[in-house]
Amino acid sequence: MTETIIMSPEDVRRAIMRIAHEIVENNRGCKDLVFVGMQTRGVPLAKRIVDCIAEFEGESPPLGTLDIGLYRDDLPDQGLNIEIKPSDIPTNIAGKRVVLVDDVLYTGRSIRAALDALIDYGRPGRIQLAVLVDRGHRELPIRADYVGKNIPTSRQDEVQVRLLEIDGSDGVLLTTAEGE
Amino acid sequence: MTMSANLPNERERSSGAATLAQEPPTSTLPHPAPGTWHHSHVLDLDDFSQEEIELVLETTGTMKEVLARQIARVPTLRGTTVVTLFYESSTRTRSSFELAGKVLGADVINIAASASSVQKGESLVDTVLTLQAIGADVLVMRHPRSGAPYLASRHTRASIINAGDGWHAHPTQALLDLFTIQSHIGDVRGRKVVIVGDITHSRVARSNLWSLTTMGAQVVVCGPPTLLPVGLEGPQGSEVESEQALPPLEVETNLDRAIKDADVVMTLRLQLERQQSGLIPSIREYCNLYQVTEERLATAKPGALVLHPGPVNEGVEISLGVAHGAQSVIEEQVANGVAVRMALLYLLSRGRS
Repeated sequence: MTETIIMSPEDVRRAIMRIAHEIVENNRGCKDLVFVGMQTRGVPLAKRIVDCIAEFEGESPPLGTLDIGLYRDDLPDQGLNIEIKPSDIPTNIAGKRVVLVDDVLYTGRSIRAALDALIDYGRPGRIQLAVLVDRGHRELPIRADYVGKNIPTSRQDEVQVRLLEIDGSDGVLLTTAEGE
Repeated sequence: MTMSANLPNERERSSGAATLAQEPPTSTLPHPAPGTWHHSHVLDLDDFSQEEIELVLETTGTMKEVLARQIARVPTLRGTTVVTLFYESSTRTRSSFELAGKVLGADVINIAASASSVQKGESLVDTVLTLQAIGADVLVMRHPRSGAPYLASRHTRASIINAGDGWHAHPTQALLDLFTIQSHIGDVRGRKVVIVGDITHSRVARSNLWSLTTMGAQVVVCGPPTLLPVGLEGPQGSEVESEQALPPLEVETNLDRAIKDADVVMTLRLQLERQQSGLIPSIREYCNLYQVTEERLATAKPGALVLHPGPVNEGVEISLGVAHGAQSVIEEQVANGVAVRMALLYLLSRGRS
């Protein structure tokens, strides 16, 4: 087992700052933008992006949270955590530009579930995806619009995103099994 | 005359399960990792730890959000078959289980024993096996005999949810009561909850005793001595083996004393057939002594909650004014019933896969 630091706290901060600028540039301002953070680590990430935008645009787009537990198509193994947290979508998202925020993009199955969940709340005009890390190995035709860092990985590797709000410090760790 | 009893300390220390903990919760139940679920069935709450009850309540909160949506329908239990098998009549429990299953996307089949092969003499086990053969994943069962769901659970791979068995247990009612209480007053630890009425014949009371004491509430049961189970206060004086330890609680036969400073007043339905069996002298006498009235409620804590599992005999165990008053959360209980049952269906289906 070897552990490599892929992103330092500074890298995380810069990536979030860049993503915030890209989103505003791409959408020509923040009119009709709604941010939705996916439980658990997508929530503080979305909050940070919104705070960044508030700083340089002077207005703060609405922010919601989404738990995809009720929409998963893969059943967890016995004994695994099956907690589901409430979702909170603060505004009507019909016709809005929704930016979905998550920490890691991997198989794409969580995002598939999130798209189903979002659409149950209304019909957004557009849905975009922002992730801190894209580690590849997609099993569905899904891609991110905004990526903090692309990290080539093998399926046996483990990517761990740590955030101040939840884990006490920022950073991205890659754990590789020995001999890979 | 009173059988009032603060439990002797002796017993509190020796009781095996669900000890009302003064400082740290000391339960002999296994402590699973938080957020995990290990039950294949929900038969009663005596084998639920504090963490497991909290997981159910948290999940219930999530389900309430789903129910509040314009289109309350999620695909979580697609392909899961839920069968409700009721050997006793019911409106709220059966319909709320049916709705809970449908909101989560399960297929729901309702069977009333009065209109099924049970009438042709089919045994309980055979009925359960038949339902398993047609693909039931979860079997929601109500039966007039205490313990019937336990028997069923030993003969099927399906998950059994006890929707009320005889005088024994009604775990989903107790969970929705707890959820309703917590949504108003928060943590129940140290709060005084009075359960008043026919305790002996009440499965609702029995399941509530487990959940409320596990969560640390101070529980007082109140009713006429003829409607209080023998030995409810536990062994007094003589040392009795505490293997079948009861949850710690107080017993009081005088409602005026019991209700004083209560945070929650839980009323129970007086089954009118009890009058015929001579357990109470008359309905009028029962009403005089045990009806939760405005005057009596005024001596509880200001804003104390009033619960009732329904169906209500207005003017018997509870006055009309209290049942429909500002402190009554009876209708809320019914609404929360759907969310609690969704949570259990979710946890049972996801947790055992």
